[in-house]
Amino acid sequence: MVTAVTSLSRSGLSDWLVQRVTAVILLAFFVFVGVQIASGVSYAEWTALFAQTWMKIFTLLAILSLAAHAWIGMWGVFTDYLTERLMGSRGNVLRIGLQLLTSLSLVIYVIWGIQIVWA
Amino acid sequence: MLQVSVYRYNPEQDAEPSMQTFEVDTGGKDVMVLDVLEEIKARQDASVTYRRSCREGVCGSDGLNMNGKNGLACITPLSETVKNNRLVIRPLPGLPVIRDLVVDMSMFYAQYEKVQPYLQNATPAPAIERLQSPEDRAKLDGLYECILCACCSTSCPSFWWNPDRFIGPAGLLQSYRFLADSRDTATEERLSRLDDPFSVFRCHGIQNCVNVCPKGLNPTRAIGHIRSMLLKRAA
Ligand code: SF4
Ligand code: SF4
Ligand code: FES
Repeated sequence: MVTAVTSLSRSGLSDWLVQRVTAVILLAFFVFVGVQIASGVSYAEWTALFAQTWMKIFTLLAILSLAAHAWIGMWGVFTDYLTERLMGSRGNVLRIGLQLLTSLSLVIYVIWGIQIVWA
Repeated sequence: MLQVSVYRYNPEQDAEPSMQTFEVDTGGKDVMVLDVLEEIKARQDASVTYRRSCREGVCGSDGLNMNGKNGLACITPLSETVKNNRLVIRPLPGLPVIRDLVVDMSMFYAQYEKVQPYLQNATPAPAIERLQSPEDRAKLDGLYECILCACCSTSCPSFWWNPDRFIGPAGLLQSYRFLADSRDTATEERLSRLDDPFSVFRCHGIQNCVNVCPKGLNPTRAIGHIRSMLLKRAA
Protein backbone atom coordinates (compact mmCIF):
# COMPACT_ATOMS: atom_id res chain seq x y z
CA MET A 1 0.00 0.00 0.00
CA VAL A 2 1.03 3.57 -0.61
CA THR A 3 1.68 5.34 2.66
CA ALA A 4 2.27 8.95 3.57
CA VAL A 5 5.58 8.49 5.41
CA THR A 6 7.60 9.90 2.52
CA SER A 7 5.42 12.98 2.06
CA LEU A 8 7.09 16.26 2.98
CA SER A 9 5.19 17.01 6.18
CA ARG A 10 2.90 13.98 6.48
CA SER A 11 0.03 16.40 6.77
CA GLY A 12 -2.05 16.97 3.68
CA LEU A 13 -2.84 20.49 4.79
CA SER A 14 0.81 21.50 5.34
CA ASP A 15 1.93 19.94 2.08
CA TRP A 16 -0.84 21.79 0.32
CA LEU A 17 0.05 25.10 1.97
CA VAL A 18 3.77 24.68 1.32
CA GLN A 19 2.99 23.92 -2.30
CA ARG A 20 1.08 27.19 -2.65
CA VAL A 21 3.51 29.41 -0.73
CA THR A 22 6.52 28.06 -2.63
CA ALA A 23 4.67 28.61 -5.89
CA VAL A 24 4.25 32.29 -5.03
CA ILE A 25 7.93 32.64 -4.07
CA LEU A 26 9.03 30.94 -7.29
CA LEU A 27 6.76 33.10 -9.37
CA ALA A 28 8.06 36.28 -7.71
CA PHE A 29 11.68 35.17 -8.21
CA PHE A 30 11.32 34.23 -11.85
CA VAL A 31 9.34 37.36 -12.68
CA PHE A 32 12.02 39.46 -10.98
CA VAL A 33 14.90 37.70 -12.73
CA GLY A 34 12.96 37.74 -16.00
CA VAL A 35 12.47 41.49 -15.80
CA GLN A 36 16.18 41.98 -15.07
CA ILE A 37 17.20 39.92 -18.06
CA ALA A 38 14.61 41.52 -20.33
CA SER A 39 15.83 44.99 -19.44
CA GLY A 40 19.34 43.88 -20.42
CA VAL A 41 22.03 43.29 -17.82
CA SER A 42 25.78 43.45 -18.23
CA TYR A 43 28.08 41.01 -16.43
CA ALA A 44 29.09 43.70 -13.95
CA GLU A 45 25.47 44.58 -13.11
CA TRP A 46 24.59 40.91 -12.77
CA THR A 47 27.41 40.16 -10.32
CA ALA A 48 26.66 43.36 -8.40
CA LEU A 49 23.03 42.26 -8.08
CA PHE A 50 23.96 38.84 -6.76
CA ALA A 51 26.56 40.34 -4.40
CA GLN A 52 23.81 41.97 -2.36
CA THR A 53 22.68 40.07 0.70
CA TRP A 54 18.95 40.42 0.04
CA MET A 55 19.38 38.96 -3.44
CA LYS A 56 21.35 36.05 -1.99
CA ILE A 57 18.61 35.41 0.53
CA PHE A 58 15.92 35.76 -2.15
CA THR A 59 17.80 33.28 -4.35
CA LEU A 60 18.32 30.86 -1.49
CA LEU A 61 14.61 31.08 -0.71
CA ALA A 62 13.80 30.36 -4.36
CA ILE A 63 16.15 27.35 -4.41
CA LEU A 64 14.62 25.90 -1.25
CA SER A 65 11.13 26.60 -2.56
CA LEU A 66 11.95 24.83 -5.79
CA ALA A 67 13.17 21.78 -3.87
CA ALA A 68 10.09 21.64 -1.62
CA HIS A 69 7.73 22.32 -4.51
CA ALA A 70 9.36 19.68 -6.68
CA TRP A 71 9.29 17.11 -3.90
CA ILE A 72 5.60 17.56 -3.13
CA GLY A 73 4.73 17.51 -6.82
CA MET A 74 6.81 14.46 -7.66
CA TRP A 75 5.58 12.68 -4.53
CA GLY A 76 2.04 13.20 -5.77
CA VAL A 77 2.83 11.88 -9.23
CA PHE A 78 4.75 8.84 -7.95
CA THR A 79 2.06 7.87 -5.42
CA ASP A 80 -0.60 8.19 -8.14
CA TYR A 81 0.95 6.11 -10.88
CA LEU A 82 3.76 3.97 -9.43
CA THR A 83 1.78 1.93 -6.96
CA GLU A 84 1.19 -1.66 -6.00
CA ARG A 85 -2.41 -1.27 -7.16
CA LEU A 86 -1.40 -0.34 -10.68
CA MET A 87 1.76 -2.37 -11.26
CA GLY A 88 2.12 -4.90 -8.45
CA SER A 89 5.17 -4.97 -6.19
CA ARG A 90 7.21 -3.60 -9.11
CA GLY A 91 5.36 -0.33 -8.41
CA ASN A 92 6.74 -0.13 -4.87
CA VAL A 93 10.30 -0.76 -6.01
CA LEU A 94 10.03 1.75 -8.83
CA ARG A 95 8.39 4.37 -6.64
CA ILE A 96 10.86 4.14 -3.79
CA GLY A 97 13.77 4.04 -6.23
CA LEU A 98 12.59 7.16 -8.01
CA GLN A 99 11.86 8.88 -4.70
CA LEU A 100 15.44 8.21 -3.62
CA LEU A 101 16.75 9.50 -6.92
CA THR A 102 14.56 12.61 -6.73
CA SER A 103 15.54 13.44 -3.16
CA LEU A 104 19.20 12.86 -3.94
CA SER A 105 19.13 15.17 -6.95
CA LEU A 106 17.22 17.82 -5.01
CA VAL A 107 19.79 17.75 -2.19
CA ILE A 108 22.60 18.01 -4.72
CA TYR A 109 20.92 20.92 -6.49
CA VAL A 110 20.32 22.77 -3.21
CA ILE A 111 23.94 22.37 -2.09
CA TRP A 112 25.22 23.30 -5.52
CA GLY A 113 22.94 26.34 -5.64
CA ILE A 114 24.09 27.53 -2.23
CA GLN A 115 27.70 27.13 -3.30
CA ILE A 116 27.14 29.22 -6.41
CA VAL A 117 25.30 32.01 -4.64
CA TRP A 118 27.24 32.21 -1.37
CA ALA A 119 30.74 31.22 -2.43
CA MET B 1 -31.30 1.98 -36.48
CA LEU B 2 -29.26 3.09 -33.51
CA GLN B 3 -25.91 1.32 -33.23
CA VAL B 4 -25.45 0.33 -29.61
CA SER B 5 -22.19 -1.14 -28.39
CA VAL B 6 -22.39 -2.77 -24.97
CA TYR B 7 -19.54 -3.88 -22.71
CA ARG B 8 -19.87 -7.60 -22.01
CA TYR B 9 -17.94 -9.56 -19.43
CA ASN B 10 -18.83 -12.68 -17.54
CA PRO B 11 -15.76 -13.55 -15.44
CA GLU B 12 -16.94 -17.16 -15.11
CA GLN B 13 -16.89 -17.72 -18.87
CA ASP B 14 -14.97 -15.01 -20.66
CA ALA B 15 -11.20 -14.74 -20.73
CA GLU B 16 -11.54 -11.02 -21.24
CA PRO B 17 -14.18 -8.32 -21.72
CA SER B 18 -15.54 -7.57 -25.18
CA MET B 19 -17.93 -5.14 -26.85
CA GLN B 20 -21.15 -6.48 -28.37
CA THR B 21 -23.02 -4.45 -30.97
CA PHE B 22 -26.81 -4.29 -31.15
CA GLU B 23 -29.09 -2.49 -33.55
CA VAL B 24 -32.04 -0.86 -31.86
CA ASP B 25 -35.03 0.72 -33.53
CA THR B 26 -36.10 3.64 -31.38
CA GLY B 27 -38.87 4.62 -33.76
CA GLY B 28 -37.27 8.03 -33.99
CA LYS B 29 -38.20 8.78 -30.40
CA ASP B 30 -35.83 10.46 -27.96
CA VAL B 31 -35.96 7.73 -25.32
CA MET B 32 -33.63 7.29 -22.37
CA VAL B 33 -30.51 5.13 -22.51
CA LEU B 34 -32.12 2.78 -19.98
CA ASP B 35 -35.03 2.23 -22.37
CA VAL B 36 -32.54 1.13 -25.01
CA LEU B 37 -30.98 -1.35 -22.59
CA GLU B 38 -34.41 -2.69 -21.59
CA GLU B 39 -35.26 -3.10 -25.26
CA ILE B 40 -32.05 -5.07 -25.87
CA LYS B 41 -32.65 -7.24 -22.81
CA ALA B 42 -36.30 -7.90 -23.68
CA ARG B 43 -35.95 -8.56 -27.39
CA GLN B 44 -32.37 -9.32 -28.32
CA ASP B 45 -30.25 -10.75 -25.52
CA ALA B 46 -31.69 -11.47 -22.09
CA SER B 47 -28.24 -12.08 -20.64
CA VAL B 48 -27.20 -8.40 -20.81
CA THR B 49 -26.78 -7.48 -17.15
CA TYR B 50 -27.14 -4.11 -15.48
CA ARG B 51 -28.61 -2.59 -12.33
CA ARG B 52 -31.70 -0.46 -12.28
CA SER B 53 -34.59 0.12 -10.01
CA CYS B 54 -36.55 3.37 -9.91
CA ARG B 55 -36.01 4.31 -13.59
CA GLU B 56 -36.49 7.96 -12.67
CA GLY B 57 -33.17 9.23 -11.33
CA VAL B 58 -33.92 8.63 -7.67
CA CYS B 59 -32.27 5.39 -6.57
CA GLY B 60 -28.84 5.86 -8.12
CA SER B 61 -28.42 2.26 -9.21
CA ASP B 62 -27.91 2.67 -12.97
CA GLY B 63 -24.80 4.81 -13.03
CA LEU B 64 -23.10 3.94 -16.34
CA ASN B 65 -20.54 5.30 -18.73
CA MET B 66 -22.35 6.40 -21.88
CA ASN B 67 -20.27 7.55 -24.85
CA GLY B 68 -17.46 8.29 -22.44
CA LYS B 69 -19.43 10.22 -19.85
CA ASN B 70 -20.81 8.91 -16.57
CA GLY B 71 -24.47 9.41 -15.80
CA LEU B 72 -27.73 7.72 -14.88
CA ALA B 73 -29.04 5.74 -17.85
CA CYS B 74 -32.66 6.30 -16.83
CA ILE B 75 -32.52 10.09 -17.10
CA THR B 76 -30.05 10.44 -19.96
CA PRO B 77 -31.97 10.99 -23.20
CA LEU B 78 -30.36 9.72 -26.38
CA SER B 79 -30.26 13.29 -27.74
CA GLU B 80 -27.87 14.19 -24.94
CA THR B 81 -25.32 11.46 -25.56
CA VAL B 82 -25.64 9.87 -29.02
CA LYS B 83 -23.25 11.10 -31.67
CA ASN B 84 -23.22 9.86 -35.29
CA ASN B 85 -25.96 7.38 -34.41
CA ARG B 86 -23.62 5.51 -32.05
CA LEU B 87 -24.02 4.72 -28.37
CA VAL B 88 -21.25 3.02 -26.42
CA ILE B 89 -22.26 1.77 -22.99
CA ARG B 90 -19.64 0.73 -20.47
CA PRO B 91 -19.63 0.13 -16.72
CA LEU B 92 -18.50 2.95 -14.40
CA PRO B 93 -14.70 3.19 -14.79
CA GLY B 94 -12.22 2.26 -12.09
CA LEU B 95 -14.26 -0.29 -10.16
CA PRO B 96 -14.01 -4.08 -10.57
CA VAL B 97 -16.62 -5.51 -12.94
CA ILE B 98 -18.85 -8.22 -11.51
CA ARG B 99 -20.65 -8.83 -14.77
CA ASP B 100 -21.33 -6.73 -17.89
CA LEU B 101 -22.39 -3.29 -16.64
CA VAL B 102 -22.52 -4.24 -12.95
CA VAL B 103 -19.56 -3.07 -10.87
CA ASP B 104 -18.44 -3.94 -7.37
CA MET B 105 -19.07 -0.79 -5.33
CA SER B 106 -17.32 -2.02 -2.15
CA MET B 107 -14.42 0.42 -2.43
CA PHE B 108 -16.83 3.29 -3.02
CA TYR B 109 -18.92 2.36 0.03
CA ALA B 110 -15.83 1.83 2.17
CA GLN B 111 -14.85 5.45 1.54
CA TYR B 112 -18.40 6.57 2.31
CA GLU B 113 -18.28 4.65 5.58
CA LYS B 114 -15.02 6.37 6.54
CA VAL B 115 -16.65 9.77 6.80
CA GLN B 116 -19.16 8.44 9.37
CA PRO B 117 -22.16 9.69 7.43
CA TYR B 118 -24.56 10.09 10.33
CA LEU B 119 -25.33 12.80 12.83
CA GLN B 120 -23.18 12.78 15.95
CA ASN B 121 -24.14 14.87 18.91
CA ALA B 122 -22.62 14.56 22.35
CA THR B 123 -25.20 16.69 24.16
CA PRO B 124 -28.20 15.02 25.87
CA ALA B 125 -31.06 14.39 23.47
CA PRO B 126 -33.90 16.87 23.87
CA ALA B 127 -37.42 15.63 24.65
CA ILE B 128 -38.78 16.16 21.15
CA GLU B 129 -36.22 16.97 18.49
CA ARG B 130 -33.05 18.94 17.77
CA LEU B 131 -34.18 22.16 16.23
CA GLN B 132 -32.35 23.89 13.44
CA SER B 133 -32.92 27.41 12.14
CA PRO B 134 -34.03 27.75 8.51
CA GLU B 135 -30.68 29.44 7.78
CA ASP B 136 -28.70 26.51 9.21
CA ARG B 137 -30.93 24.09 7.38
CA ALA B 138 -30.26 25.95 4.14
CA LYS B 139 -26.53 25.17 4.52
CA LEU B 140 -27.33 21.53 3.76
CA ASP B 141 -28.88 22.30 0.40
CA GLY B 142 -26.73 20.98 -2.42
CA LEU B 143 -25.28 18.37 -0.06
CA TYR B 144 -28.07 16.14 1.23
CA GLU B 145 -29.49 15.42 -2.24
CA CYS B 146 -26.71 12.97 -3.16
CA ILE B 147 -28.04 9.54 -4.14
CA LEU B 148 -24.64 7.79 -4.02
CA CYS B 149 -24.72 6.78 -7.66
CA ALA B 150 -20.88 6.95 -7.81
CA CYS B 151 -20.88 8.76 -11.16
CA CYS B 152 -18.62 11.43 -9.66
CA SER B 153 -16.05 9.29 -7.84
CA THR B 154 -15.64 6.93 -10.78
CA SER B 155 -14.94 9.88 -13.10
CA CYS B 156 -12.25 11.25 -10.80
CA PRO B 157 -8.67 10.33 -11.79
CA SER B 158 -7.50 10.77 -8.19
CA PHE B 159 -10.07 8.16 -7.15
CA TRP B 160 -8.99 5.80 -9.94
CA TRP B 161 -5.37 5.86 -8.74
CA ASN B 162 -6.00 5.74 -4.98
CA PRO B 163 -9.52 4.41 -4.33
CA ASP B 164 -8.28 2.90 -1.08
CA ARG B 165 -6.94 6.16 0.35
CA PHE B 166 -8.66 9.10 -1.35
CA ILE B 167 -12.21 9.46 -0.07
CA GLY B 168 -13.39 10.74 -3.42
CA PRO B 169 -15.96 13.40 -4.33
CA ALA B 170 -19.07 11.49 -3.18
CA GLY B 171 -17.64 10.66 0.26
CA LEU B 172 -16.25 14.15 0.70
CA LEU B 173 -19.55 15.77 -0.24
CA GLN B 174 -21.19 13.70 2.51
CA SER B 175 -18.36 14.48 4.88
CA TYR B 176 -19.05 18.18 4.41
CA ARG B 177 -22.79 17.56 4.74
CA PHE B 178 -22.16 16.59 8.38
CA LEU B 179 -19.40 19.14 8.98
CA ALA B 180 -21.87 21.83 7.89
CA ASP B 181 -24.73 20.54 10.03
CA SER B 182 -25.41 22.81 13.03
CA ARG B 183 -26.68 19.79 14.98
CA ASP B 184 -23.47 17.78 14.62
CA THR B 185 -20.88 18.24 17.37
CA ALA B 186 -18.14 15.91 16.08
CA THR B 187 -16.56 18.55 13.82
CA GLU B 188 -13.11 18.36 15.44
CA GLU B 189 -12.93 14.54 15.27
CA ARG B 190 -14.18 14.60 11.70
CA LEU B 191 -11.56 17.16 10.64
CA SER B 192 -8.70 15.42 12.43
CA ARG B 193 -9.39 12.30 10.36
CA LEU B 194 -9.12 14.26 7.10
CA ASP B 195 -5.73 15.92 7.53
CA ASP B 196 -3.52 13.22 5.95
CA PRO B 197 -2.11 13.74 2.43
CA PHE B 198 -4.64 11.39 0.79
CA SER B 199 -8.18 11.63 2.19
CA VAL B 200 -8.95 15.17 0.99
CA PHE B 201 -5.77 16.55 -0.51
CA ARG B 202 -5.64 14.13 -3.43
CA CYS B 203 -8.30 16.32 -4.99
CA HIS B 204 -6.59 18.45 -7.60
CA GLY B 205 -9.70 20.37 -8.58
CA ILE B 206 -10.11 18.64 -11.94
CA GLN B 207 -13.91 19.02 -11.55
CA ASN B 208 -14.86 15.89 -13.49
CA CYS B 209 -17.14 15.19 -10.54
CA VAL B 210 -19.08 18.42 -10.99
CA ASN B 211 -19.32 17.79 -14.70
CA VAL B 212 -21.09 14.44 -14.34
CA CYS B 213 -23.24 14.64 -11.20
CA PRO B 214 -26.79 13.82 -12.35
CA LYS B 215 -28.15 15.72 -9.38
CA GLY B 216 -26.27 18.88 -10.29
CA LEU B 217 -24.26 18.83 -7.06
CA ASN B 218 -20.81 20.35 -6.68
CA PRO B 219 -18.37 18.12 -4.75
CA THR B 220 -15.42 20.37 -5.66
CA ARG B 221 -17.00 23.27 -3.80
CA ALA B 222 -17.66 21.05 -0.76
CA ILE B 223 -14.02 19.91 -0.85
CA GLY B 224 -12.97 23.57 -0.92
CA HIS B 225 -15.08 24.19 2.19
CA ILE B 226 -13.46 21.23 3.97
CA ARG B 227 -10.03 22.61 3.05
CA SER B 228 -10.88 26.01 4.52
CA MET B 229 -12.19 24.37 7.69
CA LEU B 230 -8.90 22.47 7.99
CA LEU B 231 -6.99 25.72 7.42
CA LYS B 232 -8.98 27.61 10.03
CA ARG B 233 -8.53 24.77 12.49
CA ALA B 234 -4.74 24.85 12.00
CA ALA B 235 -4.44 28.65 12.13
S1 SF4 C 1 -22.49 13.68 -5.74
FE1 SF4 C 1 -23.77 13.39 -7.53
S2 SF4 C 1 -22.57 12.01 -8.84
FE2 SF4 C 1 -21.69 11.89 -6.82
S3 SF4 C 1 -22.67 10.13 -5.90
FE3 SF4 C 1 -23.83 11.96 -5.28
S4 SF4 C 1 -25.46 12.13 -6.78
FE4 SF4 C 1 -23.93 10.72 -7.65
S1 SF4 D 1 -12.48 18.08 -8.37
FE1 SF4 D 1 -11.40 16.71 -6.99
S2 SF4 D 1 -12.87 15.18 -6.43
FE2 SF4 D 1 -13.70 16.23 -8.25
S3 SF4 D 1 -13.01 14.96 -9.98
FE3 SF4 D 1 -11.49 16.50 -9.60
S4 SF4 D 1 -9.93 15.60 -8.25
FE4 SF4 D 1 -11.80 14.37 -8.19
S1 FES E 1 -32.84 3.46 -12.13
FE1 FES E 1 -32.88 4.59 -10.28
S2 FES E 1 -31.56 6.23 -10.76
FE2 FES E 1 -31.73 5.25 -12.67
